[in-house]
Amino acid sequence: MPEVFEPKIVAFFCNWCTYLAADLAGTSRIKHAPNARVIRVMCSGRVDPQFVLDAFAKGADGVLIGGCHPGDCHYQEGNYKALRRVALLRRLLKQMGIEEERFRLEWISAAEGERVKTVINDMVEKLRALGPRVQPVRKEVA
Amino acid sequence: MKPKVAFYWCASCGGCEEAVVDLDEELLGVADAVDIVFWPVALDFKEKDVAAMPDGSILASFINGAIRNSHQQEMAELLRAKSLVVVAFGICAQLGGIPGLANLSDAKGILAEVYRDGVTPARRYSENGYSLSLPEFFDTVVALDRVIQVDYYLPGCPPTPNLIRDAVHALLAPELPPKGAVLAPDHALCEQCPRKDSRPEKLLVKEFVRPHQVVADQQTCLLAQGLVCLGPGTRAGCNALCIRGNMPCTGCFGPTSRVRDYGAKALSAIASVIESNDESQIERALEAVPDPVGTFYRYSLPSSMLGRRRME
Repeated sequence: MPEVFEPKIVAFFCNWCTYLAADLAGTSRIKHAPNARVIRVMCSGRVDPQFVLDAFAKGADGVLIGGCHPGDCHYQEGNYKALRRVALLRRLLKQMGIEEERFRLEWISAAEGERVKTVINDMVEKLRALGPRVQPVRKEVA
Repeated sequence: MKPKVAFYWCASCGGCEEAVVDLDEELLGVADAVDIVFWPVALDFKEKDVAAMPDGSILASFINGAIRNSHQQEMAELLRAKSLVVVAFGICAQLGGIPGLANLSDAKGILAEVYRDGVTPARRYSENGYSLSLPEFFDTVVALDRVIQVDYYLPGCPPTPNLIRDAVHALLAPELPPKGAVLAPDHALCEQCPRKDSRPEKLLVKEFVRPHQVVADQQTCLLAQGLVCLGPGTRAGCNALCIRGNMPCTGCFGPTSRVRDYGAKALSAIASVIESNDESQIERALEAVPDPVGTFYRYSLPSSMLGRRRME
C-alpha cells in the first residue's frame, strides 16, 4: 500500500482566541488531524512575515495563522495588521511558486473549538492533494 | 612595498566599476596608497597573473556582482586564496542584487526566453582538433558569500563614493573593523532623509501610486504621498540620493543588521501603512504593487529565506 503523505503545517495561533479554541477542542475531545504544529503568539499581528517565510524555507507544507475575529482583537487592531500583511505576503508567495492553499489566515474565536477541527482537517486535505512542497536546496560555503 | 588590491566583477552591470571611477581625483590618492594588481575593466592583467601570485599576497580584493556561472565562482575562489581580505562590493555581491531576480526562473527558462527557437550556446564545441568551452550557467544565482568566505560588505547599487572612501581608509587603518561587518551605518534610511520632519506621526495611506502616475511633491515624505518608498526598511548610507531626486527608495542598501529577510520586513512596513480594515479595499490598494517580488526583493532575492522560486 502506498504511504499516505502527511503534510506538516506550522500554525501560529493567537493567545486570546484561536489558541483557546484549540484548547477547547482538546478539552471537548474533538478529534482533528494531528498535522498542525501549533505555535502560540500573543496576537496574529505579532506574526512577522519572516516567520512565515522561515517556516516554508525549513520545509513546512503549509502555514496557518489563526486570530480573533475582526473587532475582537485583544489589542484592538492587531488582527487587522495581520490581514494587511497577509494580503501582500500572499501575492509574494504566489510569485515564488507557493500555491495559495498553503498559506491561510483564519479568524477563530475562543468558543469555536469545532472550527479548529474544520479548518485543520480541510487544510490537511488540500495539502494532501497538492503533495509535498519541495524547497530548493541552498548552496552553502564549503 | 605598497599593499596590493584587486577589483573583479561577476554578474553585474558595470555600475560598481563606475562607482570606483566616480572617486574622481581621489582615485589618484588611492592609487598612490596601493598597488592595483588586477582590474579587468581598466588594467591589462590576466587571470594567469593572479594565479601566479603567492597565496595571501593581495591585501584586499573588491569583488562586485552576483555569482551566476562557474567561471565567476572559480575567479572568486582564486581571489579568495590570494587575498587576506575579501570585500563584497555592492549589493549584487552582498545579497544577489538585480541579477538575482533570475531566481524567479532557471537556466533552461532563461535560455529559452533569450534565444527563443534560435541556436542556443553549447557548453563544449570541437572543430578540427580545437575545442572551446563555456562556463556552466547556473540555475540559481547566489551572493558572493555563498561560494567563498567574505570579510566585509559594502552595500549599494552602487556603493557611493563616500562609502568607498571610508571603506578603503578602514582597511588601511591599523585596526580592522570586525569581520563580517557591513561598512555602512546600521539604521534605517528615514534617519538620513531630508524629508524626515514631514513624515506624519501615524503614517497611513488610502491607496498607493506608482512613480509614473504622479508628480510627487518635493518636500513631503514620499511614503505619505502614497509612493512605495522602502526607506523605513532600508539601511542608511546613501544620504537619500534617490529621494533628493524625488524618487522613492527601492532598497539597494539592503537591510539593517537586525533583519534576516529584507523583503519580508519591507513588505511588512508597506502593508502596515494601508488605511483600511476591509479586505477588498486592502486588495484594491495593493493593485499599485503589481510585482511584490520585484519590489521587495529587487536586490536580495538570492539571500532571502526562500532564495528562489520553486523549480518546475
